[in-house]
Amino acid sequence: MQIVFAAAVLFYMISTVTYFAYLFLQRDLLQKIGCILLVAGFSVQTIDILVAFATTGHMPVNNLHETLSMTAWALVGAFLALNFKFRLKILGIYASPLALFIVLAAGQLPSEPLQPDNLLKGAWLVIHIFTIFTGDAMLALAAGCGLLYLIQERSIKSKSRGFFFKRLPSLDLLDTTGYACIVSGFALLTMGLISGMIYAKIIWGHFWQWDVKEVWSAVTWIFYAVLLHERLAVGWRGRRAAIMAILGFGVMLFTFLGVNLLLKGHHAPFTRF
Amino acid sequence: MDRILLIGLNHKTAPVEIRECFAFTEEDCRQALTRLCGQPAIEEALLTSTCNRVELLLCVKDIQQAVVAAKGFFSQSKQIPLADFEAALYQHHGDAAVRHLFRVAASLDSMVLGEPQILGQVKTAYRLATEQKSSGVILNRLLHNTFSVAKRIRTETGIGDSAVSISYAAIELARKIFGTLEGKEVLLIGAGEMAELAVEHLIRNRAGQVFVANRTFERGVALAARFNGTAIRMEEIAAHLDRVDIIISSTGAPGYVVQPVDVKGVMRHRRNRPLFFIDIAVPRDIDPKINDINNAYVYDIDDLNEVVDENIEDRRREAVKAERIIDEAVIKFRQWFEALDVVPTIKALHAKIRSQAQLEVQKTLGQLAHLTADDQKAIERMTEAMVNKILHHPTQYIKNSSCQGDRAVPLDLVRKIFGLDE
Repeated sequence: MQIVFAAAVLFYMISTVTYFAYLFLQRDLLQKIGCILLVAGFSVQTIDILVAFATTGHMPVNNLHETLSMTAWALVGAFLALNFKFRLKILGIYASPLALFIVLAAGQLPSEPLQPDNLLKGAWLVIHIFTIFTGDAMLALAAGCGLLYLIQERSIKSKSRGFFFKRLPSLDLLDTTGYACIVSGFALLTMGLISGMIYAKIIWGHFWQWDVKEVWSAVTWIFYAVLLHERLAVGWRGRRAAIMAILGFGVMLFTFLGVNLLLKGHHAPFTRF
Repeated sequence: MDRILLIGLNHKTAPVEIRECFAFTEEDCRQALTRLCGQPAIEEALLTSTCNRVELLLCVKDIQQAVVAAKGFFSQSKQIPLADFEAALYQHHGDAAVRHLFRVAASLDSMVLGEPQILGQVKTAYRLATEQKSSGVILNRLLHNTFSVAKRIRTETGIGDSAVSISYAAIELARKIFGTLEGKEVLLIGAGEMAELAVEHLIRNRAGQVFVANRTFERGVALAARFNGTAIRMEEIAAHLDRVDIIISSTGAPGYVVQPVDVKGVMRHRRNRPLFFIDIAVPRDIDPKINDINNAYVYDIDDLNEVVDENIEDRRREAVKAERIIDEAVIKFRQWFEALDVVPTIKALHAKIRSQAQLEVQKTLGQLAHLTADDQKAIERMTEAMVNKILHHPTQYIKNSSCQGDRAVPLDLVRKIFGLDE
C-alpha cells in the first residue's frame, strides 16, 4: 500500500507545481494538466481506500496517517466536483498544495493501523465518516474561496490591482462559489452529525453525552448555521462572509483535529499515532 | 524581394489635414486599383485606406518607375500637388515592406496599439484587390501570410487583451466585480461623451434597465429614450440606489451628488449586493469615502486613467513578442519568394521526383532478394530514365516561363502541383 500512497503524493506534488506555474504563466493547458493530476491522485487514493475497506471491513481511519490521507482524498474530491460545477480553476492553487501538505504530513506518521475495536463497524459509521469528511472538505474549500475573495477585493478596493487582479476571477464568482461550498458543507455536516448520533445511540445507548468532541461539533455546526442564516436573512455577503468562512474553517479544524490532540474525548483512535 | 514596394502615409507622418484628403471610398479604391494595374511598371496592387493611413502595396517590375507612378497616382487621384504631401510619404522595399504590412495588420503600427479594426480594414482592401483582379500570385501569398501572422499574434500575445480606453476600462472593472453584466441595472447621472459611451458598452453587454438622472429633466428624457431607459429627477437618485448596480456619474455639479450616508442606508435593503460607482466628473460627483463602505466600489477619472496607462504598458510589453513573430514570418516569406524563381524551382522539382522514385525502388528491391546485381542495376537505370522523361516537359515549361510576362504565375502553378513548398 506504501507504493500507492507514494504515487498519490507524487501526483499531488506535480499538480501543485503545475497549478503554481498556471498562476504565473496563465496558460490554460497548465491548469488542465494540474486537474488531470489531481484526478489521478484521487483515483489511486480511492483504490487505496476501497482495498483497505475490503480487506479489513472498516473505513481506514484508525490512526492519524489514515485519517489524514482520507482528508486529502475528500478535499481533492470536493475540489474536483466544485471545479466541474463552477469552473473556478484558480482555486487549484489552494486545494492542490493543501492536499499535498496533508499527505506529506500523513507520510511522516507510522502507517501501521492500530487494532481497531469492533466499535468501528456498521453502515451508520460509514455514512458518518463519509459525510463528515466530505463536508469538512467543502468547508475547507469555502475558506479557500474566502481567501481569494479577500485578495481580489483588496486589489479592487485599494485600486492597486497588481499581480492577482488579472489572475483571479470576479468577486461574484468567488462569493457564489464560497456560498455553495458552505451550503453543501453544512448539509453534509448535518447529515454527519445525525448519523453519528444514531450510531452513538446504537453503541452507547445515548444520542448525546456531552463529550468534548460532541460539544465542539455542535459549536462548529452552530457557527455555520448562524453564517447561513445571516446570509439568507440580511444578505451577509462579500468581505464579511469571506472572513467568516475563514474563521469557520479555524473552528472546524479545531473540532476535527485540535480536540483530539489537545482535549481527548472519544474518537481517540481516529488520531492515534 | 526587391519587387515588393510599399508607399503611403499614416498618422505618424501626416497631420489629419493631409490624411483627410486621401480618404478613398470603396468605389474610389476599385477605380484606383484598375488604374494602377494599367501602369507598365506595376504588376500587382493593393490599396489600404483608413482614417489613420493610406498605403499602396505594389508588386513592381521597376522600383524607380513604380515610385514615380505611385506618387503621381496619389497626386492625381485627389488633385493635390505632390509637393504638399511628399514629405509625409514613406516607402519601404522588400523585407521592410513585408514587415511593415505585417506590423500594420497586427496593429503594431496603430494609433491605439493592438486595436482590432485594422485587420478587418486590411481584409477589405484585399477583397477589393481580388475582385478587381489587381492582386496576383505574390500579393495573394503575402496577404494570406499577413492574415495568419495577425491571427497568430492575437492568440499568442496579449496585445489586444486589456482595455485601453476609459469606458472599456470601467466595463472591465465592472466585470471583475459582477462577473457577468447581464441584467445589471445602470444609473447614468448627468451626461457626457465618455459616460454615454460607457452606458452603450454596458447595454452591448446585455445590462438591464437604464435610468438617467439629469438636472434638466427634458434632457434626461431625451437621453433615456436613446438607451430605452427611464428618466428620473436628481432628487430620486438616493431612492434608486437600492435597485441599480452600476452608477456612472458625469455632472457639472460643484459638490458631491452621492453621499456616503445615501449608500450606507441602502446597503442592508439591497442585501449587500455590490454597488459600482464610476465617477467621470471633475469636480467629482461621488464622495470617495463611499469606497470605504463594504461592497461599494468607487473609481474616479484618475483611477481609471491609471488603469488605462497600466494596460497600455502591458500592450507595449506584448508588442515585443509580436515583433519576434513578425521577424520569423518575414524570413519565411522571403524564403518562399526567393524559391519562386526558375533555377530553384527546377532544382526542387528534380530533387523531389528523384528522391521519391529512389525511395520506391529501394523499397521494391528490398523485397526482391533473388534478383542479381545486373537485374538491380537495370531496374535502377529504368527508373532514372523514367524520371528524366517525366521531368522533361515540366522543366521546359519552367524554362520558357522566364520569357513570359509574369513568370510568377507558371512558377507558382508548378510549385503547387508538385507540392514543392511542403
